[in-house]
Amino acid sequence: MTELPSTTHKKLGLVIDLDTCVGCHACVINCKEWNTSHYGAPLSDIEAYGENPVGTFLNRIHTYEVTPVQGLTQTVHFPKSCLHCEDAPCVTVCPTGASYKRSEDGIVLVNEDDCIGCGLCAWACPYGAREMDAAEGVMKKCTLCVDRIYNENIPEEDREPACVRTCPANARHFGDFSDPDSNVSKLSKERGGIDLMPEQLTKPVNKYLPPRAKAEISTDGEIDVLSPFLEPIASETTGFLSWLDKALDKI
Amino acid sequence: MSKFAQPKLDLSPKVNDEIRKTTCYMCACRCGINVHMQSGKVKYIEGNKDHPVNQGVLCAKGSAGIMQIYSPARLRAPMKRIGPRGSGAFEEISWEEALGIATDWLKPVRNDDPKKLAFFTGRDQSQSFTSWWAQAYGTPNYAAHGGFCSVNMAAAGIYTMGGAFWEFGQPDWERTKLFMIFGVAEDHDSNPIKIGLGKLKKRGAKVIGVNPIRTGYNAIADDWVGITPGTDGLFILSLVHTLMAAGKIDLEYLIRYTNAPYLIDSDPKSKTFGLFLRDNAGEPLILDRITKKAIAWNTKGAKPDLAGSYRRGGISHLSVFQMIAERYLSEDYSPEAVSKKVGISADRIKGIAADLARVAFEEEIVIEQEWTDFRGEKHDKMVGRPVSFHAMRGVSAHSNGFQTCRSLHLLQIILGSVEVPGGFRFKPPYPKHSTSHPKPHCKVTAGMPLDGPHLGYIQGPEDLCINKDGKPIRIDKAYSWENPMSAHGLMHMVISNAYSGDPYPIDVMFMYMANMSWNSSMNTSGVMEMLTAKDGNNEYKIPKLIYSDAYSSEMVAYADLILPDTTYMERHDCISLLDRPICEAEAAADSIRWPVIEPDRDVRGFQSVLLDLGARLKLPGFITENGDPKFEDYADYIINHERRPGVGPLAGFRGKNGDKEGRGETNPKQIEAYIENGGFWKKHIPEAAQFFKPWNVEYQEWAVETGLFDKQSPYLFDIYIEPMQKFILSAKGIGEMQPPDHLRKQIIDTMDPLPIWYQPFEEQVTDGEEFPVHALTQRPMAMYHSWGSQNAWLRQIHGYNPMYLPKKIWKEKNFQEGDWALVTSRSGSIKVPVSRMDALNENTIWTWNAIGKRRGAWGLSEYATESNKGFLLNHIIHELLPPKKDGMRWSNSDPITGQAAWFDLKVKVEKISKEEHVTPFAHPQKSPVKSDVNDVKYGEDFID
Repeated sequence: MTELPSTTHKKLGLVIDLDTCVGCHACVINCKEWNTSHYGAPLSDIEAYGENPVGTFLNRIHTYEVTPVQGLTQTVHFPKSCLHCEDAPCVTVCPTGASYKRSEDGIVLVNEDDCIGCGLCAWACPYGAREMDAAEGVMKKCTLCVDRIYNENIPEEDREPACVRTCPANARHFGDFSDPDSNVSKLSKERGGIDLMPEQLTKPVNKYLPPRAKAEISTDGEIDVLSPFLEPIASETTGFLSWLDKALDKI
Repeated sequence: MSKFAQPKLDLSPKVNDEIRKTTCYMCACRCGINVHMQSGKVKYIEGNKDHPVNQGVLCAKGSAGIMQIYSPARLRAPMKRIGPRGSGAFEEISWEEALGIATDWLKPVRNDDPKKLAFFTGRDQSQSFTSWWAQAYGTPNYAAHGGFCSVNMAAAGIYTMGGAFWEFGQPDWERTKLFMIFGVAEDHDSNPIKIGLGKLKKRGAKVIGVNPIRTGYNAIADDWVGITPGTDGLFILSLVHTLMAAGKIDLEYLIRYTNAPYLIDSDPKSKTFGLFLRDNAGEPLILDRITKKAIAWNTKGAKPDLAGSYRRGGISHLSVFQMIAERYLSEDYSPEAVSKKVGISADRIKGIAADLARVAFEEEIVIEQEWTDFRGEKHDKMVGRPVSFHAMRGVSAHSNGFQTCRSLHLLQIILGSVEVPGGFRFKPPYPKHSTSHPKPHCKVTAGMPLDGPHLGYIQGPEDLCINKDGKPIRIDKAYSWENPMSAHGLMHMVISNAYSGDPYPIDVMFMYMANMSWNSSMNTSGVMEMLTAKDGNNEYKIPKLIYSDAYSSEMVAYADLILPDTTYMERHDCISLLDRPICEAEAAADSIRWPVIEPDRDVRGFQSVLLDLGARLKLPGFITENGDPKFEDYADYIINHERRPGVGPLAGFRGKNGDKEGRGETNPKQIEAYIENGGFWKKHIPEAAQFFKPWNVEYQEWAVETGLFDKQSPYLFDIYIEPMQKFILSAKGIGEMQPPDHLRKQIIDTMDPLPIWYQPFEEQVTDGEEFPVHALTQRPMAMYHSWGSQNAWLRQIHGYNPMYLPKKIWKEKNFQEGDWALVTSRSGSIKVPVSRMDALNENTIWTWNAIGKRRGAWGLSEYATESNKGFLLNHIIHELLPPKKDGMRWSNSDPITGQAAWFDLKVKVEKISKEEHVTPFAHPQKSPVKSDVNDVKYGEDFID
């Protein structure tokens, strides 16, 4: 068992906007691309060109259909990576101390030198956010790009996780949730950011912005108060032309 | 508990040795990329923040570029076929031998009959160069892949308003308040649209998605309209009806900027019925509201009457606008009348119309910016209607696609929302009227160049590419009576026509980056047979086939000679204003690719190879006076070729000192200057020229100065396309140029000069009861327009494509997960795995396109899911309509542009038991690339 820090100085994490994510997988591949050659062992791809390619990814997008009681079925794209929980069960379950939560910023990491590949942490994580690398035999997970966000070899404006920098739709945001005035705290407050599976009591740092209510314009029997149906000016072409004549006089 | 000991991390590890900035080629979007190099290898690719296209972001394809440039499917050397066509048996040969063979094949054809070469270049991003080669060679048979992609969109846009979506223009993402997106559109312009949607979402602007399938952009649309495929035009015209009936149209805009006031001969007995009334100088006339006289449209101080009528020479003339009113106010277009066909309730149509009207007319945008129009009138502000639209392949790929795209432009125009703040904005060199483009050329002379560029915009029957007897001159029958306005050619008909000898057989087929034996052809199984079919002398019906590709695609197996191309990181390229530009609404821009890595194989950039071939064939422009090659390679051409004096492939850093923009003499250091500048060049449009571009004098002046035009070219939008009426007159027997009798009805029925809707041809000729279901394909965002669906990372996201069935069919036929289906069209059947999807039009099934692979292709294992469970819908989409007992081959294409009608398909679906693999199951092709790569651990080289 490994201890969690009693508090962390910052709470770094992501806001993921489900109202904006189009499910393009840009974040998935840019994450793979950055992390396969930076923190720790490469993210391998077993049978990369074979029958059943299986690779390690730190971030994946799941697609769900949701059919409301009334209205049309919706499609929701749901990006998922480590949520850097305050009460991270993956850390406390680790037998070697390899899994840990950083006291300065709250990022949950795996010290690969100490990881024995037992997989307990992946079992403990209720989100399925950790993946064992099949080639290296160590546990891989989102590092929140700890090797980018403080990296003095990178221009200051780029010191954010690769998934955030690359997201074409700007559906991902990075910041410090311990600061109520940070971009992520404000966004989460404005848009009703939610914890994923709060009943698990993990206190995830990352927040999801739920899809906005889908307005179906004027479904049968319901008329949009903002845009009532247009009143016809005339029913016949001749009537239209006389309206036109008057309208042209005004121009 | 173990004692918690937090390890000390190096928070500033080394990132790279250097960054090289070039242009992505993982799709057609052409984003700027920062390529991180370490130890001579590509370590990481990110978006270039300064780049006008992607502004720093990068999609999945772009990031997966690493797996593409190191893919085991890369061809390694030139090859000649040693087994039967299609087998994939090749031997590697030297470049000297390969180029010698190609020259030996091409030279006699040029000297004898150049049209016996068909040169078509799929996903070509160098069309201004490849067409120049084909023109110098002298064959009329050249085009790229637009004919099977989205030519309806491009041609309808150019003819109607001087530009379409994507490369031609974009919504005013910063200001628009209501955005409507039609059909499969997660493709072209992928990152800019995602960036734009992000901006709309940030400020809570409304997005309406119209698509039978709710994926991608439709998933985040605030309102989803799951329309019946092929009925978009009818839906749009019903919106037009509703808006007009309520007087919610921008009359001032129609008067000032469109041909709505033009007077038209409205006497059906007249020989000029439907043509504009013109003055002696040929200028169309309008009725002046004050003087009641017919005067030229551009007369200073004129007050055009939209409701004008005028008699001259015993003939009545009515304004275009009166015809518009008459047509679209008709009850045929009322929401109640169209509701059943389009699958949308009348109330929803009315609601959407009301929403459009409210945002356009009650939430107008005003920018305090003076500007001057081409009539000399000064305006103290720019007023905009903040509704905008986008559409692409989804509405294009139907046999009624041209008229549907026209309908959408009509909707944009009556709302006054084109080239205004908050609406739709053109990107340089657009707007550009159809008459400012070249016309097609097709005069063939043995041993000589063609008489001009192949592709362009015809203005009447006199511009067709036909013989004296009315037969098509081009192998694809472009610009013939069958499809007169085929601005991008018909690549999808080339193999079928050459095989059939209709209109004539050819000798050499030469293709580049076009997977025509697989996912880029309709009727794939049939095409594979055509490519291997032999005549009575045991010779292939298509005698010689040269193909260039960087990868071991399915098409490689069908070629006789392979000229292996480089990957996009190993080559020079230019994304040119002469070609398919990457400009933005606020700036002109172009860019380059340059070899950020060197090839480790015996491969050459295709454009450099074409220059070499051109020199060997002694083509004019390709050799010096001494007969030596004029250009060393493509980079040399990019720098030194001039299309017009001072105007070359790249507009930036021209002139001896590299300080001239647009126009200027060549600069030997031009490519270095681009590299220094991040791989691109950009020139901002002045503030007073940002909107109203077709009519804005400041913009017109800027466009001339920048070399986009040689003289100012203001014009009005063609709501009414007079050249189309000329075809109808011909079809009615008027004039010297007469279509063949069997095409008269088709021309009259479809070439209406005002937008119309007609039922897609496939539906007209198939039994709707036997084949009740629409079948569509999309390509996933992570693969669209990509040459890399075998990519090690991307195939883990989209390596399997079931047929998605809607709830209604699923329940009716009692399907369960894991089941398979027999899907049958009028021309064939496929057996495929199925999956249920509820966010889908209830009469539509669909799948991801181009996931399925032929066994042995793309360097994949023979057990790859893509070749066993992956499938193509293409097998059951025929390139021809059923025979009509007239002996003619009727193409399954739009009758105006020749656009392949992929999305017209109708099928029936039956449940079958689980199969081992999909049917049809192509015989494996032998792989010309050997790889022992299995497990990949990319990045291990970079660990210290």
